[in-house]
Amino acid sequence: MTSWIHGFQNSLQRLLVCMVCVVSGLAHAADEAPDAFIKRLSTEMLDLVKTDPALKNGDVQRINNMVDARVMPHLNFQRMTAAAVGPGWRQATPEQKARLQDEFKLLLVRTYSGALTQIKDHTIAVKPLRSAEGDVEVLVRSEIRGGPEPIQLDYRLEKTPGQGAGWKIFNLNVMGVWLVDTYRSQFAQEINAKGVDGLIVTLAERNKSNARK
Amino acid sequence: MRMLLSLCLAVLATGCATAPASASRDPFEGFNRKVYQFNETVDEAVLKPVAQTYQKVTPQPVRTGVQNFFGNLSDVWSTVNNALQLKPAQTAESFFRVLINSTLGLYGVLDVATELKLERHTEDFGQTLGYWGVPSGPYVVLPLLGPSTLRDTASLPVDTQGNLARQVDHVPTRNSLLATSVVDKRARYLSAGDRLDELALDKYIFVRDVFLQKRLSEVWDGDPPQAPENQDADPQ
Repeated sequence: MTSWIHGFQNSLQRLLVCMVCVVSGLAHAADEAPDAFIKRLSTEMLDLVKTDPALKNGDVQRINNMVDARVMPHLNFQRMTAAAVGPGWRQATPEQKARLQDEFKLLLVRTYSGALTQIKDHTIAVKPLRSAEGDVEVLVRSEIRGGPEPIQLDYRLEKTPGQGAGWKIFNLNVMGVWLVDTYRSQFAQEINAKGVDGLIVTLAERNKSNARK
Repeated sequence: MRMLLSLCLAVLATGCATAPASASRDPFEGFNRKVYQFNETVDEAVLKPVAQTYQKVTPQPVRTGVQNFFGNLSDVWSTVNNALQLKPAQTAESFFRVLINSTLGLYGVLDVATELKLERHTEDFGQTLGYWGVPSGPYVVLPLLGPSTLRDTASLPVDTQGNLARQVDHVPTRNSLLATSVVDKRARYLSAGDRLDELALDKYIFVRDVFLQKRLSEVWDGDPPQAPENQDADPQ
C-alpha cells in the first residue's frame, strides 16, 4: 500500500517536473529573440552535418528525413510555396496546395543535399538585429565563415500567433538570392501555360527524374 | 556552398526584382534565349569537356593554387574598385590581401590572407557604376561570356583592362593565362551546372532571375534597399 502511494507520488512528481519543463520551454521559445533563434538553429544544423557522414555525403533520403524532423517545424512552408506560386495559389484547391508544397519541398531538398557536401570547418555569425520591439516580421542576417569570402545567409521570419509559439522562417536568402523569388517567374510561366495541375505534374516529373540520378 | 556560388554567376540590378512581368527586365528575351542556347551548345561541346578533363588530371592542391592565383589578380582589381567606391576599410583589406598573398603567398598561389582572417571584397567596375547610381538596364546574355546587363556590358572594356592577366606582353603567356582562368572557373562550376538541370524548371529563367538578384545584391554589398517581398503571399 505504502509502495503504491510512494509510486503515485513519484509519478506525480515526475509529471510536475515535466509540466515545469514544458512551460519553461514554451516561455523560452516566446522570449527567444529572432536572431538568437537563428543562431541556435543554424549552429545545431551545422553541428549535425559535421558529425553525420551520411548528411555530409549528400544522402538525399537521410537529408530529407532530417529536414522533416529538424527544419520543417521552423518553416512556414505553406507561405513559402504560396509566395513562389503567386496569384495562382488562390485558385488552387486544398489538395493542389498540399501537392504543390510536397513537390516544392522535394525540389528544394536537392539544393541542400548538394550544398552540405561543401561544409567543412565553417561557422555561423549572426549580425546585429535591426528591428523594433513588437515587429511581427523581421530580417535576420548571418554569414557562414570559413572560406575566403563569407557566404551571406539571410532569413525572413514571422512571429507566430499565440503565446510561446516563437518564430517561423518564410524566406531564405543565399548570397543575395531569395529562394522563393527564384521560382516565382518559372512557376508563373508553367501555370499560365498549363494551369496549376500542369505545374504539379512538371514538379513531380522533375523530382522523379532527379531521384533516378 | 560553392554550388550556390556558382548558380549565382555574376551581374545586375533592377529596382524591382519581383515585377510580375519579366518583360520590363528582359525586353530582349527572344534574342537572349538564342544566345543562351548558343552558349549552352558551346559549353557542352568544348568548355565543359575541357574543364572535366582538367579536373580529372590535376590534383586538388594544384587546382586550389590556380584558383588562388587568379583570385589574387582579381583582388587587385577589387582594391581599385573599392577605392573608387570610397570604402576605406574594404580597400585596405583588399590591398593587404594582395600584398600578403603576392609575397608570403608566393605570387598568390597560397591564400595566406584568408588564413589571417582578411576577407575578400570582390568589386568590379559594373558594381562601381551601380554604386554611383547607374541603373543596370535590361538583362543581356553575351555570346560566350554569359549573363550580363547593359551597364555591365558597357563596363566590360574597363574590367578587361583591369584584369592583370591581360596586361602580360608576352602573347603566348597571356593567352595561356586567360585560357587557364576560363577553364579554372568552369571547373569550379561543374557540379553547379549539373545541379541546375535538377533545380530549374526553365534554366534560362532560373539563371536570369538568380543573376539579376545576385547582381543587385552585390552592388548593395548584400543589403539592397528593396529586398523582394512576398507581396503575393496568401497563406489561405
